[in-house]
Amino acid sequence: MVDTMNGTIEVRWHGRGGQGAKSASAVLAEVLFGEGKYVQSFPEYGAERQGAPIRAYNRVSNRPIRRRCGVQNPDIVVVVDPTMVESANPSEGCADDAIYLVNTPEDAGSLRRRLGLADSARVLAVDATRITIEELGQNRPNAPILGALSRVFSDVPAETFADHFTKKMKSLSPKALEANRRAILRGREEATLA
Amino acid sequence: MGHSAERDEADTNRRVEMTSGNLAFAEAMRQINPDVVAAYPITPSTEIPMRFAEYVANGDVDTRYVAVESEHSAITACVGASVAGGRVMTASSANGVALMHEIFPIAASFRAPIVFGLVNRSLGAPVNIHCDHSDSMPERDSGWVQIYCEDAQEVYDTVMLSVRLAEHPDVLTPVFVCQDGFITSHCYEPVEFLQDESVRQFVGTREPRYPLLDVDNPVSYGSFTMSEHYFEIKRNQIEGLNNVSRVYRELSDEYVALSGREYPMIDRYMTDDADYVVVIMSSATGVVKDVVDDLRREGVRAGCLRVRMYRPFPSGEVREALSGKKCVAVLDRSASPGGVAPLAAEIKSALYMSPDRVPVFDYIFGLGGRDFFPDDARRVFQDLMDMRYEDGARYIGLLEEDD
Repeated sequence: MVDTMNGTIEVRWHGRGGQGAKSASAVLAEVLFGEGKYVQSFPEYGAERQGAPIRAYNRVSNRPIRRRCGVQNPDIVVVVDPTMVESANPSEGCADDAIYLVNTPEDAGSLRRRLGLADSARVLAVDATRITIEELGQNRPNAPILGALSRVFSDVPAETFADHFTKKMKSLSPKALEANRRAILRGREEATLA
Repeated sequence: MGHSAERDEADTNRRVEMTSGNLAFAEAMRQINPDVVAAYPITPSTEIPMRFAEYVANGDVDTRYVAVESEHSAITACVGASVAGGRVMTASSANGVALMHEIFPIAASFRAPIVFGLVNRSLGAPVNIHCDHSDSMPERDSGWVQIYCEDAQEVYDTVMLSVRLAEHPDVLTPVFVCQDGFITSHCYEPVEFLQDESVRQFVGTREPRYPLLDVDNPVSYGSFTMSEHYFEIKRNQIEGLNNVSRVYRELSDEYVALSGREYPMIDRYMTDDADYVVVIMSSATGVVKDVVDDLRREGVRAGCLRVRMYRPFPSGEVREALSGKKCVAVLDRSASPGGVAPLAAEIKSALYMSPDRVPVFDYIFGLGGRDFFPDDARRVFQDLMDMRYEDGARYIGLLEEDD
């Protein structure tokens, strides 16, 4: 879906403090770094409290990245918390053909109508909360979100995300690791596109 | 600044990892394995002592880590350990740096070669955790070397160079290695590290000239000196700073051979044939360089000059790079209320002796972490192209009454 051949891809994450949007942004950077890309991952630091809205960013490029300002015009927007679809104004600064990945039980078609996006926008919806409650017994939406992101960075297989996650989280029990792996792969499979 | 991706995959020295400015500094400390670290953590430099304390606790280093009750005590312990003959490092930010202020000139006067991770953060009040240079700039006359880094890779490499620079017998001066709080300290990006053994060889061990613990050759530090000798001691100190540029060049050549990465005292980007040049420091430079590329495509001869070494100030190099330009803008990330901002003052001073008078426009930007975007840099270049000179500094990105 995206191509880093022609310039830098910019990602903006919307989440809530404690949900792991910052870590997800770091994992995305690590995976794409492992695929040979130049990457940045940085959160917007504000008051650090659980549940407060936070933003995090990525830049991905085939060339060294020089600019270090906040992302104003993201190519990809990830909404980690379903309650932020309206409150976070996810389409702020986006071009018409931006890609949206949203954690929501809603299907992608009705979500795109609700967001009032242009025809050229692409919307991926995944019920990451439900997947992780089923697989991990907890609402930790990062793993399925990352799995769904592997469809956006289409040259990176979901397995790469899963392998990286497993390597990074090696302090978890084998059972928890396996559950996370399933959550990542399910995120990729179950995401709907409109 | 050659980047790793172009380098030979087979190079066994190659270890590229995702890290941040803070953690790159801590990794450099692990590899250097200093004798003493005394620190009192403060945002945004907290991760440096935090990560390093883990290395100490895990036995990865044999450093004596001194946990103290304030920044004033931290730097005081560093000075004591340094004059005793140890290799000493610490880190701080903002009001922590300000609390150390009393001790900085003492460290410099004792010729204590401390290497200090200064993670730039605005000085309160109001309390603000984000970046500007209002913490390091008040220390510019303290007698320390000040080097400002653009990214995490440069932070790492600069720590290595700074250990050698600080301890060089012709310099013997402490060094601030500055990086922008959060923007650099907390950005997660790839950094190429040297092998531990290469670091050990490059930094060697400290050979102190007059260690306090050498009981066979007793010396005294902190003694009383009236007007008959104080001036001479200060003059000696100034000579140490005057030797920095020569010694730095030698070390830089040695480091390029080891790492493939080179960091001149000033970083000239497309300045040779430029009509208009923006002068800036630290992490905001990348935005200016990107805008220079855009303007070049539009046929504008734009350039960017980054000042990396602020103390000692490389006036000769700056003059050579900026003489003959149509006009120059200087962007300061701190103010000198009631006077000319620190970088602009140095640039104007350096250009005073150039044969032609280059107009210098001053700007203040980014106080308290106010972001600096490509459109901001473009507006500055537009002012230069339109020759819209103003007396006094203009502000970038400041909210005005109707915003």
